[in-house]
Amino acid sequence: MKIGFELNGKPTTLEIEQRESLAEVLRGRCRLTGVKISCEAQVCGSCTVLVDGLPVSACTLLAYEVRGKRVTTIEGVADETGKLHPLQQAFLDHFSFQCGFCTPGMILAAKAMLDENCNMSDTEIVAHMNGNLCRCTGYLPILKAIRQAADEMRGHK
Amino acid sequence: MKPISEFQVVNHSVPRGDGIPKVTGGAIYTSDMALEHMAWAKVLRSPFARARILSIDASVAKKQSGVIDVLTAYDLKGLHPYYGHGVKDHPLIAIGQVRFVGEPVAVVIAETELDAQEALGKINVEYEEMTAILDVDTAMAEGTPRIHETDFADGSFRGFDDFPGAAGNICQAVHVGWGDVDAAFDSAAHIAEGEFYFPMVYAYAMEPYVAIADFDAKGHLTVYSSAQHPFMVRHDVAQVFGLPLNSVRVIVPYIGGGYGSKSYTKIEPLVAACSWKAGRPVKLQLSVEEAFLTTRGDDARVRIRTATDANGNLVARQATIHLNTGAYAENSPMVCRKAANRIVGPYRIPNVKIDCFAVYTNTVPASSYRGLGGAQVTFPGESQMDELAEKAGCDPVGFRLKNLAQSGESIHPGMRPIDADIPGDIRAAAQMLHMDRPVKPGHGRSVCCSASDAGAHPVTLAMVQVYADGAVSVLSGSTEIGQGSHTVLTQIAAEEMGVPLEKVRLIGSDTAVTLFERSTGASRTTTLMGRAVLEACREAIAQIKVMAEEVFAAPAERLVEERCGLRFGDTFLTWAQILEKYFKMEGCSIVGRAYLRKAGDLTLVPVFWEIGVVGAEISLDEETGAIVLDSLVTIGDVGLAINPAMTEGQDLGAATMGLGAGLFEELIYDGQQLLNGSMLEYRVPRFSDLAKNVDMKLVQNRDGVGPYGAKGGGEGAVNPISPCIANALYRATGVRMRRLPLTPERVWKALQEKKNQKAL
Repeated sequence: MKIGFELNGKPTTLEIEQRESLAEVLRGRCRLTGVKISCEAQVCGSCTVLVDGLPVSACTLLAYEVRGKRVTTIEGVADETGKLHPLQQAFLDHFSFQCGFCTPGMILAAKAMLDENCNMSDTEIVAHMNGNLCRCTGYLPILKAIRQAADEMRGHK
Repeated sequence: MKPISEFQVVNHSVPRGDGIPKVTGGAIYTSDMALEHMAWAKVLRSPFARARILSIDASVAKKQSGVIDVLTAYDLKGLHPYYGHGVKDHPLIAIGQVRFVGEPVAVVIAETELDAQEALGKINVEYEEMTAILDVDTAMAEGTPRIHETDFADGSFRGFDDFPGAAGNICQAVHVGWGDVDAAFDSAAHIAEGEFYFPMVYAYAMEPYVAIADFDAKGHLTVYSSAQHPFMVRHDVAQVFGLPLNSVRVIVPYIGGGYGSKSYTKIEPLVAACSWKAGRPVKLQLSVEEAFLTTRGDDARVRIRTATDANGNLVARQATIHLNTGAYAENSPMVCRKAANRIVGPYRIPNVKIDCFAVYTNTVPASSYRGLGGAQVTFPGESQMDELAEKAGCDPVGFRLKNLAQSGESIHPGMRPIDADIPGDIRAAAQMLHMDRPVKPGHGRSVCCSASDAGAHPVTLAMVQVYADGAVSVLSGSTEIGQGSHTVLTQIAAEEMGVPLEKVRLIGSDTAVTLFERSTGASRTTTLMGRAVLEACREAIAQIKVMAEEVFAAPAERLVEERCGLRFGDTFLTWAQILEKYFKMEGCSIVGRAYLRKAGDLTLVPVFWEIGVVGAEISLDEETGAIVLDSLVTIGDVGLAINPAMTEGQDLGAATMGLGAGLFEELIYDGQQLLNGSMLEYRVPRFSDLAKNVDMKLVQNRDGVGPYGAKGGGEGAVNPISPCIANALYRATGVRMRRLPLTPERVWKALQEKKNQKAL
């Protein structure tokens, strides 16, 4: 089947099979391998992408569900000039990753949260981010990065 | 030694070298790779823990749409299908028998992953089930059949120095001891004794095992793999196919986590056999559920007793450790050796007797897990230190300080003396945790420690290329597994060559390009590869100095070395400028190299003692039994932190991983079936488990054999965190837990039992 959607700001039309997950389509057909697949059960958050600005697990969403919607992957988070998003810069500044496998999903989940509200308390940040697992860092460096990006994004609003 | 204040690049928290790719999605992992004309493989796994394979019929599967071929044990003619660096007991695919639920029995190779998956159901395997041997006691009982009916050849590392071997269902037995424990216990003033259990755990590297193998027309094999130890993989795969080492090229892109679970050889021989059979590049991507069935940590039952004299001095420790090693040896012989060494702890104990057994069972093979036996034995060891302190009427911190080995003191006869300030570390942790202040009701605090003989066998070779334009490349066989080797090694080269960090490029983990590095594990990369890179830089500089005599037309003694070059009178030339003038050609480069081996100051084992020191304050919800981590303190006694922020990151990461086994993680078998082998049912630490207060400190006494006095970190804090929590729980409630994880249910039950006992 043919589907049309907006992918990282660009109108995109693809021929897909009905059974394909969004993660399979993005990784396989679009070569956007920043979408990572791990648990395949909506537990780990590593496949998180944004659909109309909201975080979803691309591993368990059928691709045809995004017809006519806006999809953002990690490859579409920096601006057109390549300038990093405040979250990406903050993840660098605070060493918020080691192996980096959870990082795209972490950044996108945090982006969805901060786009909606960048005045979150730590408790609220933790509650929002609890669906994204990281096995390397112990989470504190990620929390610090989100706080820094929130500060910066508040300044811009 | 150069003072810390004079370092320009080293000891600074420079940004990660792999940072930009990892935050933009550009970092390529093996799971992201595809080759031209590549086929996909899927594995049919055994439903039985122990059975004979009577027949495999793949004729229908082979005719399915998209199927290229099916690999079974019948296809291995001409290969040497058993591998293993300790014991060569592991067939690349089940041969005649299966030994655990999940063991690969057949592999479908097809045009797409889906085609391969769909054909699996068309393979007909006839089994004759046998009684599974699922626990250590059954496995060791007299009359129990052997899980491996034949004696296997030694792997290349048995007998090397760590694999004495054993017999029957005992895969490995290690005995450590000195003094006379019986006499010491007879005359001891206080004795604590108990049996402890550390659970079966799964490392959950978020990228599951994946490999691509490609036999080319000339018979050379290239393997891309999410592997920690590419040179070990090369060795095993070359042996399977009878190939010379230079015909097997193993390339390791970024690795999505390992924590020991990707050490040594895993699926690579199987994937290579698929490519060999199909005549195509083949990719095998396991799911996380399949990764659960590939490697786990050894669970451990530890019977331990420890004694003091009347003054609170430790006089003896005795322990018997049984590790449930699963169906194949993998790295468990080494886990067995290390568990035996590490249960002694960082204490001076005059009489010691440790007997440690790695036992085969019909369960998923166990292998390296962060801490390599350290977490399994530090839980009983440090729990018992608190029990004994109470019996001896001592404060637990004071009791440890009284018995801890000082820097330079030996805890294991014949081994390297302690190269750390552990008493200082413990004092710092106690202070950061405010152990002197009164604790709130329902709260408890503890400080615990461990010392691990780390670094593994020191064979590490490195090269640097110094270019005539001022660029430097570091060629390292150490893999970037997230620990930050790509950053740390370039920092060292920039420091030594006096060039900006941006001019240093790391070329990593391709066995055809880089020199041999035994492994990336045992916290060795900074210490050994870091030192090799430092020495390689200095060797390059020594070559350039010889060239400089010709370039300056002056004898060496008149040339003065400055930060990034040489001065002769008023003329200063950088190393790069000297190269250009010497060769009279732009664009050339020279190679500096270093070969580290077990010699000189690396003769003594271990390479260094890896110290784990943590403190924790917990509180308890008595209604539910849930433990909350209020404060976490880590001390990283690392000699010198090449990158302090990344070093602290290792400590927090290790402590958090240890917290998982302490509070939630446990693989549960129901008969022969793994019950909770998916992330829906296996609970790892989440954001909400983060301690409310985290305080980290680095101790930099420059007392290691690594570059500038550095030592490894990253596996220290994983060991003492679980006893730390158990001890804090005891102080909060009076309940002593000897079995992990400390799940709410288990803690609640223990609390009720204690209340009921009081009521009686």
